Amino acid sequence: MDVGIKSFGIYLPYYYMAREAISSAWETKGPKGKKSIANVDEDVVTMAVEAAMDCFRFVDRSDIKSLFFASTTAPYAEKAHSALISVACDLENHSVFTSDFAQSTRAGTNALMVACDAAKANDGRSTLVVASDMRKAYPKSSEELTLGDAAAALVIGGGDVLATIDGSLSLNDEIVDIWRNAGDAYISQGEGRFVVDKGYMRVMGEIVRAILGKYALEPKSIAKVVFPAAGAGNAAKLAKKCGFAPEQVQDTLLGSVGNSGTAQAFLGIIGALEGAKPGDKILVADYGSGANAFILTATKAIGKIRGFDTIQRFLGNRKEFGSYARYLSFREIAPAQPGSPFKLPASAAMTWREQNLNIRLHGSRCSECGATIFPVNRVCHACGAKDKYEEFRASDLVTKVFTYSVDKYAGRSDDPVLIQTVTEDGNGTHYYTIMTDFNVEDVSVGMDVEFTFRKMHSLGNFPNYYWKLRPLRREKRATI
Amino acid sequence: MIKDELSIVGMGCAKFGERWDCGIPDLLIEAAYEAFEDAGIGPKDVEMCFFANTNAPNNCSGTPVADALKMHGIPIVRNENFCASGHIALIEACMAVASGVCNVAMAIGAEKLKDTGFGGLGTGRGLSTVRESRRTAPGSFALGATRYFAKYGLTYEEGRQLLAKIAVKNHANGMLAPRAHFHKEITVEDCLKAPIIATPLGLYDCCGNSDGAACAIITRTDMARSFRDDPIYIKGFGIATDSVLPHYRPNFDWTSFEALRISSLRAYEMAGIKTPREEIDLAEVHDCFSITEMLIYEDFGFSPRGKAREDIEAGFFTRSGGLPVNVDGGLKCFGHPVGASGIRMTYELYKQLQHKVDNPKRQLENAHIGLSHTFGGPPQISAVLIVGNEK
Repeated sequence: MDVGIKSFGIYLPYYYMAREAISSAWETKGPKGKKSIANVDEDVVTMAVEAAMDCFRFVDRSDIKSLFFASTTAPYAEKAHSALISVACDLENHSVFTSDFAQSTRAGTNALMVACDAAKANDGRSTLVVASDMRKAYPKSSEELTLGDAAAALVIGGGDVLATIDGSLSLNDEIVDIWRNAGDAYISQGEGRFVVDKGYMRVMGEIVRAILGKYALEPKSIAKVVFPAAGAGNAAKLAKKCGFAPEQVQDTLLGSVGNSGTAQAFLGIIGALEGAKPGDKILVADYGSGANAFILTATKAIGKIRGFDTIQRFLGNRKEFGSYARYLSFREIAPAQPGSPFKLPASAAMTWREQNLNIRLHGSRCSECGATIFPVNRVCHACGAKDKYEEFRASDLVTKVFTYSVDKYAGRSDDPVLIQTVTEDGNGTHYYTIMTDFNVEDVSVGMDVEFTFRKMHSLGNFPNYYWKLRPLRREKRATI
Repeated sequence: MIKDELSIVGMGCAKFGERWDCGIPDLLIEAAYEAFEDAGIGPKDVEMCFFANTNAPNNCSGTPVADALKMHGIPIVRNENFCASGHIALIEACMAVASGVCNVAMAIGAEKLKDTGFGGLGTGRGLSTVRESRRTAPGSFALGATRYFAKYGLTYEEGRQLLAKIAVKNHANGMLAPRAHFHKEITVEDCLKAPIIATPLGLYDCCGNSDGAACAIITRTDMARSFRDDPIYIKGFGIATDSVLPHYRPNFDWTSFEALRISSLRAYEMAGIKTPREEIDLAEVHDCFSITEMLIYEDFGFSPRGKAREDIEAGFFTRSGGLPVNVDGGLKCFGHPVGASGIRMTYELYKQLQHKVDNPKRQLENAHIGLSHTFGGPPQISAVLIVGNEK
């Protein structure tokens, strides 16, 4: 059975910063381009949920038997994120195998490697692999300008695949080049030329030559190479050294999103797939304490992703984030004055007990009279039937704004504006939460909005997640 | 039958405002001793007490009242019913006397909002740790305003102008109420220029957060004349509790609240009122936000559905209009110490109907039936009380 990529999804935050906004704040000259900025209510988990759910365009949820999560910046040092992401995606309860991959920017392709082996060993078993990062660099460092926040996901399995994964290779390599100590907020790195020459260029050169040799391929037989890198110059230099022409180098969104850590390789793969014809070969090499490499071949099925332009859809619907001061506050580098305290206590027990409501975003449909309500209600609001209902998933729905208020004093002191929003679906079922990632002038009664998984607060010393609403950004999933 | 069987024979109301120098005990003493003196009784004459308070730290039950007023040994029941707590204490006191369990009951509400350390009522409502973690009072009531404008075809600017007229009216009334929190005359222009709190509501669309207390002594009407010559009679009351989150109710339309409709209809039925617009001489309603007062006009039958605008523009609810509303400045200017408000509103009716208002300039002539009302939420609970000076 062919094993390969069955679906993909990405998530690029709504906000980006012009790199000049940062360099001018420091009165220095910096590179041009943009870096993606996760909103203050986002983290790598919420971005991963977005990217993972984007995969359900080309594959059914019920096909997913494993979920791997890769990140170097996950919120918990101890406690798995993959289980949380699986529940937020509303995958089948308990039976999905989940695992987290971490510690290296190569973690995403590490998970990909394991997913390929799992598929080969288990009759094409499908694994959703999602990589998400929002790394922090010292203020005024050059990495502060280049690191960007993003997530991307691939579904690996057998059968009708968009691209086969024809071969892979991995090597490990010990070097202290880029690292972050436990407890550090910012990445550290060695001297520039050492990091590039003795780290990235040496190891990547070695694995690219090795995988070409292993599968008896010439550079000219490859349509695109995906070389995630700290900067586009390094990727170009590597390509040249390995015999590839500049036009063979796939953009991994370094200029428009930035260096997105574990997600960068996936964004490059997805970009290459979006441009691929059946038969096109893609070489991927990913770096971090060694390297992973893959050879992919687009199949005829690649035609079904035509017209989706997933990357462009996100790039084309973004908003500039102008304030460096607010950026520092959002990243808790220079936290702004706290607002008034929230009046609700956090409860680990309640968070566990209500996960179908708050993490899966389930409502209930009465088995007696068919009435629907959100969230799950044990007693039917219409006919009074008790405990006779089925749960339904609201997180895929596009609903319409019924009423709203731009509430200036319900947020944080650094970003007080949010929109209290009530929406209505085609059944007349109402939903209430707050809107995020909006352009306030565009908000109106009757507009379409979609749900987005977000961090509400960190009371109780853990991130408390729920869903918000936002103007449409992703592919429409469902309406009622 | 309850109508006219119960009477208010004494009332007191503390000065509302930022009472930095006072704690809850001081506010309780200020309101209660005025009521005792008014009724010609002492604290030992009270047989049962109903205490309204929403914000006291920790669970305090009725002990603040017992300790401040040395009323140890009698039942003192604390209730927390959002902004309707004061009314519910009053109605509980009425029901206690009506049941025959006691002859003299006291309702007292007190709140120290200015001890919280922040403005407003805070962020977060309900029981879920996440679903309502960013819910606020202005952001919730504002949802009614946006929907009302959309339903009746008002532009944002037209809607804001209309709401501003309610705020201007209540500020003008508050100027004449010495115990009110705010004394400031404002114009429609001031309202429109004020900072936005939660669209479409600006600063002047929102009531004050105040400290305050108010108290009432209830007895049987057949005993009332032994306390005073001009008791005020209980004509009717109604309470309706609704969802903590009507936000989720299918087809809920936000321009009308079931709790408002039902609570007023119950009170009208008990009081024998058929045409509230004509029969009620003055009303103190829950103007926590300007939009709330407007929605109440329609749900209480003061204005036909969708026609509040015409009445507001005609000045129907001003002091000289057909149905004066919030003649003491309302929550808007008198202030809103949550648990005290329902009793404070009833205090205004009591003094108006006795012709004993503290500032003669706001004394209404020929008023016989008054309605007071509080609304917690939105719109979890609504409570209405109707009183009169004639049997």
